[in-house]
Amino acid sequence: MSRYLVTRLGYSLFVLWGALTIIFLAIRVAPGDPAAMMVGPGGTEADVEALREKLGLDESIPVQYGRYLSDVARMDFGDSLWLNRPVASEVASRIAMTARLAGAAALIGIAVSFPLGIAAALRRGKVMDGLISIFSLLGQSVPSFWLGIMLILVFARRLQVLPSAGSSGWSHLVLPSITLAMPLIGVLTRLVRSGLLDVLYEDYVRTAWSKGLSRRAVLMSHAMRNMLIPVITVIGLQLGNLLGGAVIVETVFGWPGIGRLLVDAINQRDYPLVQVAVLFITVTFVVINLLVDLSYGVLDPRIRIQ
Amino acid sequence: MTRQTYEALPSSGHNEIARGQSIDRALRSRRIRLMLWSLPVVAFIVAAIVGPMITEYNPVQVRLPDRLESPGTITSDGSRAWLGTDQVGQDVLAQVLQGARVSLLVGASTILIAGTIGLVLGTIAGYQGRWVDIVLMRLADIQLAFPSILLAILIAAVLGPSILNVILALALTRWVTFGRVARAATLAAKERDYVLAARSMGANSTRLLLRHIVPSTIPPMIVIATVEVGLVIIAEASLSYLGLGSPPDQPSWGRTVANGRDYLNNAWWISTMPGLALSLVVLAVGVFGDRLRDYLDPRL
Repeated sequence: MSRYLVTRLGYSLFVLWGALTIIFLAIRVAPGDPAAMMVGPGGTEADVEALREKLGLDESIPVQYGRYLSDVARMDFGDSLWLNRPVASEVASRIAMTARLAGAAALIGIAVSFPLGIAAALRRGKVMDGLISIFSLLGQSVPSFWLGIMLILVFARRLQVLPSAGSSGWSHLVLPSITLAMPLIGVLTRLVRSGLLDVLYEDYVRTAWSKGLSRRAVLMSHAMRNMLIPVITVIGLQLGNLLGGAVIVETVFGWPGIGRLLVDAINQRDYPLVQVAVLFITVTFVVINLLVDLSYGVLDPRIRIQ
Repeated sequence: MTRQTYEALPSSGHNEIARGQSIDRALRSRRIRLMLWSLPVVAFIVAAIVGPMITEYNPVQVRLPDRLESPGTITSDGSRAWLGTDQVGQDVLAQVLQGARVSLLVGASTILIAGTIGLVLGTIAGYQGRWVDIVLMRLADIQLAFPSILLAILIAAVLGPSILNVILALALTRWVTFGRVARAATLAAKERDYVLAARSMGANSTRLLLRHIVPSTIPPMIVIATVEVGLVIIAEASLSYLGLGSPPDQPSWGRTVANGRDYLNNAWWISTMPGLALSLVVLAVGVFGDRLRDYLDPRL
């Protein structure tokens, strides 16, 4: 196990280094002068020059790259030009807000898709199965920015039962987390259904039925247990994807998470802040994927040997 | 193709022939059903191409007497605004049709470019093995370290809003899936008997790749393309919603939805209509993709 851990950890570090390099190159190699874009049309040539010096953009690319990597390693991100305060503390509080949103969405996703998936598998080919499959297909087809606006239209504007923006209380969490959960519900419901159908006709499940076990015992301790491993993997991978979805959903609902910080930073042309926001989302994504992989090894001993 | 296979079988009596015919009929009815499922997708393509020709859209036109009219109203020039008008009196239907064109253009070109990059790099990686394979697949792993929309946002943000840049950003983020599938298919085909036979008869690498290996990677690539095209259309709309996709004077579904956000209280249709079109198209593409996969690979 420890050897697997070390290899896997080393690989994550490599992937992280690669991702950092892509972020670095994307901003430096892009056409146009980032300093000029940040200053905007109103600035003078001297303003641009001063900013270029402040950001270290006057150095050669290798020197900039070296400084960039050492800054990241020391977690020293400097001050945001737009917010005028240290980037690191701002990002930390934003990450916490995104975690709250993504956590709520994951809980909703699991709580909804398991009952739906099980119901569909047990009524395979019936009307209920068809309805659930349409619902899960819709979950994957409806884009979240539009679903969010439709929920705002109905629940915040027409019925006026829930707030459309803000982040103070639990009620603010309802609409964004449902919006963020929908694609997850779509994927998970299909997966639970097909996973359960795969094991439902296995010999050991038939044996469990013929022993006269109750429906509950057969489903819960025999069938469900064996379909959980692939489902847990997908939940883990989807947790990472929730971060990508959060960028959109946070923008729709004005939720002060890391995704909205990224979009605001792009609109303010604050490239150092864009860089840090992308970096944090990516690091979180890589760490989640690492944890999922490791838990997979714990759940299924066969994985470790490979 | 399939028909020839059955006719080539040695038939030893009427039963065999009858069975061949019934299989033939089953195959034909499967093909017809697949074509029926493709009709909504075809309707979208036709609307995207023909729609903007028959409805007029002028991005700088402002018609104040017609602003925020509800769907079905007759506007000041006597035409009917079937999907209503927006805050400057522009017809929403015309914008939805303009947006369909953007979605079709971005969806098709992105899949074509990403698919080609993926096919070329994937088959080379799978066929060559060694360091080429290692470098390309590690690059793919690094790209997958980003949540998929995030890298597209980053690239689109530094390139600036234009249709071409969106296609570029999405193709650069989407080639990975195609590359992996092409590589896997190449690895599988490389060891097949017919490829080994061709190699032993002296076929060179180019001929082996083009005549024997690449054709076998096409069906899985098509299946992946049907899954990816829906994701690409949603990604384009999301970028445009954020203001990073289509430029301000080019209406796209994402941009029109974003524009309608400020008018939800008195003009719900501006945001609703393009999003509805978008959802229906992605749904239609998804359902068709499922059927196509069943058709191409009945084992699944």
